[in-house]
Amino acid sequence: MKANVWYGREQLHVENVPDPKILNPRDAIVRITSTAICGSDLHIYDGYIPGMLPGDIIGHEFMGEVMEVGAEVKNLKVGDRVVNPFPISCGACFFCKQSLHSLCENSNPNAWLAEKLWGHSPAGLFGYSHLLGGYAGGQAQYARIPFADVGPIKVPADLSDEQVLFLSDIFPTGYMAAEQCGIREGDTVAVWGCGPVGLFAIKSARLLGAERVIAIDRFPARLRKASQWADAETLNYEQVDVPQALEVMTGGRGPDACIDAVGMEGHAHGAFGGYDLLKQTLLLETDRPTALRQALLACRNGGTVSIPGVYGGFLDKVPFGAVVNKALTVRSGQTHVQRYMRPLLELIERGSIDPSFVVTHRLRLEEAPRAYRMFRDKQDSCIKVVLKPWADVPTVEPDEVQESGRILH
Amino acid sequence: MATDVTQQGLGRSPTYTQPSGYAGIESGSRFARRDIPQGFDGLERADSLERGLGWFSIALGTAAVVAPRVVSWISGTRSPTIMRLVGTRELAAGVGILTQRDRTPWLWSRVVGDTFDIAAMSLALLRRGTRGRAALAMAAVAGVTALDMLAALRATGSRSVQTVPGVSGRTDVYLERSIAVSKSPEECYRFWRSFENLPRFMQTLESVRQLDEGRSHWVAKGPLSTRLEWTSEITADRPGEEIAWRTLDDSGAAHAGSVRFEPAPAGRGTIVRVSLHYSPLGGALGAGLVKLLGHDPQSRIREDLRRLKQVMETGEIPTTRGQPSGRRSLLGRVTRQWGFTS
Repeated sequence: MKANVWYGREQLHVENVPDPKILNPRDAIVRITSTAICGSDLHIYDGYIPGMLPGDIIGHEFMGEVMEVGAEVKNLKVGDRVVNPFPISCGACFFCKQSLHSLCENSNPNAWLAEKLWGHSPAGLFGYSHLLGGYAGGQAQYARIPFADVGPIKVPADLSDEQVLFLSDIFPTGYMAAEQCGIREGDTVAVWGCGPVGLFAIKSARLLGAERVIAIDRFPARLRKASQWADAETLNYEQVDVPQALEVMTGGRGPDACIDAVGMEGHAHGAFGGYDLLKQTLLLETDRPTALRQALLACRNGGTVSIPGVYGGFLDKVPFGAVVNKALTVRSGQTHVQRYMRPLLELIERGSIDPSFVVTHRLRLEEAPRAYRMFRDKQDSCIKVVLKPWADVPTVEPDEVQESGRILH
Repeated sequence: MATDVTQQGLGRSPTYTQPSGYAGIESGSRFARRDIPQGFDGLERADSLERGLGWFSIALGTAAVVAPRVVSWISGTRSPTIMRLVGTRELAAGVGILTQRDRTPWLWSRVVGDTFDIAAMSLALLRRGTRGRAALAMAAVAGVTALDMLAALRATGSRSVQTVPGVSGRTDVYLERSIAVSKSPEECYRFWRSFENLPRFMQTLESVRQLDEGRSHWVAKGPLSTRLEWTSEITADRPGEEIAWRTLDDSGAAHAGSVRFEPAPAGRGTIVRVSLHYSPLGGALGAGLVKLLGHDPQSRIREDLRRLKQVMETGEIPTTRGQPSGRRSLLGRVTRQWGFTS
């Protein structure tokens, strides 16, 4: 089969590898019909995720058709159309039984590695380093799904791939980020980063009843999406001073909840930005927590800071004093996708949300290396790329949504 | 999820003392060292001479690696390449002495290294021009060699082995590890008590055969396709609570062990707690078991317990062996081959 293989920083090759096989009784094999590039894949692309080995197949947002099931998989049959969650969860351990699926105790074969870095190991993930299991990812024509009787969810035929694909990660991730804010009537939620997860967090905050949502980014196309799709107020941090603007917008109190949908490769101007870039390059810190610092300082007293953005290791100059002295609640975690798939599928079926709104580019799997570069550098107003592993037609050109992005410039 | 207690004694001092900085579990807790035989050492730290030599190794090694030409000039030798190798050797010895539980081989490696250095400088002595510097350097190395010999001999002399009453063979290691399993103590007990289940999660175990009510025959895979066999007898068997055993013959795997199944609070399943006594340095008696458990017996037991949990809770052991990948680098192949990652 064809697969997108990582060989090092900015080195991706789509090449032929062996097809996956059933290895355990609870495995299934799917033929992938759509697979997306996640913002967190860019951290792998840029070489910031520890525990990657050259030759790893990456990708963790995928869906497809069941081709084969192991002896113990009773709930799926060949031909079922399924969306697959990115964490691998056994469904039976202490955490799975509490619907904390991304903390599964049993699914990471390299748990001891993760324990060295974090004390305890979370669940194994698809295509996200050997620290998190070393499982082959889903930017490929086929994938093997362990614990297939717990993860994949069947989706109705009348919904398109793009309407349901993002149940695999970014929709539940944005939703959990908003849910963790404990939104109450009248609340204002500020969201740093209007990439796909940020946009879903913004939309979800609205669905959960936020009075105001403030979207922070520097790319006009992304801010435009936030205001078009979720009626968010927008701040372009290249044009305004964000902390000051938030003060003014909230009567000096600060947002009730802040969401950091940026993560470890935050972008910042000036001295602080240079400082983080230098320290990260010299391996003196692993992450650039630009957005997190701002969110902690901006959040109102007693408010909640929710962090769907990915951080990997050791952060520098994080104003933890703000957490203590302002009595902040900090919530984070890899998404417990399995917990959210069914209720969010219902929202899609009811028409409350159409997740396909984030898609700007549809490309063939072979074009993955180019797609990563484009997504990372925000070329062509790129927000979300869907790869088609079986398309024999030439590139499907960007749709009209992307056109509207262009008009903004 | 798991707690552990290690008391690994190298028999340095005759009575048990808790060294400062020992990161164990405080006595008086429910995990107190109730099973530790009397007369055991804790994790003993390097003494000041050993520490001094360790840091000296690191300093010299760093200098030789970073500035091989300077060090070569000072010692009167010629090749910066060899000096870099010498530096690497020094760094390894220094790290070994400062971090390893058993420092003896690392101390001896310094003595061997000293001999090499003296030989190299003897060559330099023969050359005119470097003679003066080489003589000075040699005098310095000779002094260090004396200290190395002293430390190495002292460490070797203290590697005695102690006898533990009630254990077949001699032992001086006590290991304990535990894991929380979301099954009842009875289920865990039943699974373990069917000894033929054990090879499913104990990676080095090939087979266990019940001989009669109390005795069983164990076969394990050693390193390099060797095999190790022994017979065990059950010394305690309380359904749903505990199984204890000890080896009967001096097969090279002499040990005593127990597994307890403690109910976790509020219906949270079972804490499966394994403890093992054996001798890592007791000559032929425990040598085979030491090879089986490898350099890091704590981790081996922990990984086996994790596999027990996986089998009990999910019915299978998660794996990635046999999945597709792109071309692996040499490093990637080696790490997977040796089982560091899967």
